Amino acid sequence: MAERIPTVIVDDLHIVYRVHGAGSGRGTAVNALSRLVRRKGVNPNVRTVHAVRGVSFTAYRGESIGLIGSNGSGKSTLLKAVAGLLPAESGKVYTQGQPSLLGVNAALMNDLTGERNVMLGGLAMGMSQDEVRERYDQIVDFSGINEKGDFISLPMRTYSSGMAARLRFSIAAARSHDVLMIDEALATGDNRFRKRSEARIRELRKEAGTVFLVSHNNKSIRDTCDRAIWLEHGTLRMDGPTDEVIKAYDAFTQAK
Amino acid sequence: MSLDIESSSAATAPPGAPAPSPAELAARHGLTVSGARPGLGAYVRQLWGRRHFITSYATARVSAQYTRARLGQLWQVLTPLLNAAVYYLIFGLLLGTDRGVDNYIAFLVTGVFVYTFTQSSVMAGVRAISGNLGLVRALHFPRASLPIAQTIMQLQQLLMSMLVLFVIVLMTGELPGPSWLLVIPALLLQSVFNAGLALVMARLGSKMTDLAQLMPFILRTWMYASGVMYSISHVAAHAPQAVKILLGLNPAAVYIDLMRFALIDSFTSEQLPPHVWAVALGWAVVMGVGGFVWFWKAEERYGRG
Repeated sequence: MAERIPTVIVDDLHIVYRVHGAGSGRGTAVNALSRLVRRKGVNPNVRTVHAVRGVSFTAYRGESIGLIGSNGSGKSTLLKAVAGLLPAESGKVYTQGQPSLLGVNAALMNDLTGERNVMLGGLAMGMSQDEVRERYDQIVDFSGINEKGDFISLPMRTYSSGMAARLRFSIAAARSHDVLMIDEALATGDNRFRKRSEARIRELRKEAGTVFLVSHNNKSIRDTCDRAIWLEHGTLRMDGPTDEVIKAYDAFTQAK
Repeated sequence: MSLDIESSSAATAPPGAPAPSPAELAARHGLTVSGARPGLGAYVRQLWGRRHFITSYATARVSAQYTRARLGQLWQVLTPLLNAAVYYLIFGLLLGTDRGVDNYIAFLVTGVFVYTFTQSSVMAGVRAISGNLGLVRALHFPRASLPIAQTIMQLQQLLMSMLVLFVIVLMTGELPGPSWLLVIPALLLQSVFNAGLALVMARLGSKMTDLAQLMPFILRTWMYASGVMYSISHVAAHAPQAVKILLGLNPAAVYIDLMRFALIDSFTSEQLPPHVWAVALGWAVVMGVGGFVWFWKAEERYGRG
């Protein structure tokens, strides 16, 4: 058997968020001042959240890996750390090339037209100007925004939430990636669009070397992933073939 | 390719040895640390590759500012116009203070607009990273794009103000001459200086969350020290030499005076501090390069809450 080629190696990763303004006590100016005077050094106004605690695994080329776990178990945080977007508190993430999160929400501006957002989102994901122009029609057609009139030339704030989600997905999915990470809620919209977006995700998976999928839908994980990682409270609870992991996860959630 | 891997794996991990550590495995397959800081040269190249993103992000932010107002983009011109009107009302009509300056209106409005460019670049720089954590945590791009885009935004605003300024200066009786061309190098140097300053503020602001509250006071003090409303050369005429030199080195004052020198006939080279172009260039290079390198040194740490 040929040696498997690793694409992502996560080595004892810890991620800690620092949250300002979450201090205990009432938020009056006098309280803030007295806290400042009383305890020097440790700022009690900053709380830390230890979101990922010592996770290690290795992903190989050609794998698609499902991440499961209850809400707040650290799945999205782990993905962001793999993408190199969240600095690690300790531990290391090694990757081949630049892993990408599928999503552009943060770069888009609600006050601008859909047209300009397609351009902006494409550039933000690292496409060149020509690439975006080339794919512009394809992106707009895929989103189906113009099916009910010329909506693409209206500001995004006038879109229904479904329409906005569709445009966001269409922009994000316009490009193929080496290591691709997909967060669950992406494939939204009506039934017809969900079918189309699932097909697009399958296509992207074929083009990508390794795929991570975060989802609460066990069926879609079973359909698309051959390996699953179960996170609970930021620790790796189980890592193995999808069927076994999902069975254990189901047993765990039903026991609760 | 696979042969290479096989032979090197044989060299590093003989049969029977314990499995290689993650770091060794990563090194063997040429994996790199995710989110690591690129070298300075590579960083500059990445940034250049993202130039279209930077400019379109800046333009998008500027036009998004006014889309909800009925007058829309007209506010880009109306805002500086109203600003100038307020200053004229207070200093020109109410206080009647020209403090020994010919064509005080043009003098004042030039000072206000040029200083506002630096001031708003600093304020935008402070929030460039801390106010865009969502973007920083969602997408990959050289983080210096954000403060630089903010400076470009402020420059676009200033160019609109300059149109207003030209009209005001003409109305106060100045005639356009070849010296008006000096506006271009002066603006260019100030933009580089402001970009560097915005980069510095962005790094500071990403760690010190109280900076956004503190900066307005520092900036106001800086404004009063920069001769926006009075002529430094008049006020400091009898000051000790050391004070004169210090005032002459103040970058904000230097860029303001250069603009006045370019636009206003009665503002002669005698009112400029000595070696003014050298100082303007020096500040641009020191702040531009220094700020950029200093910002880059923390590149991998932006985005932590």
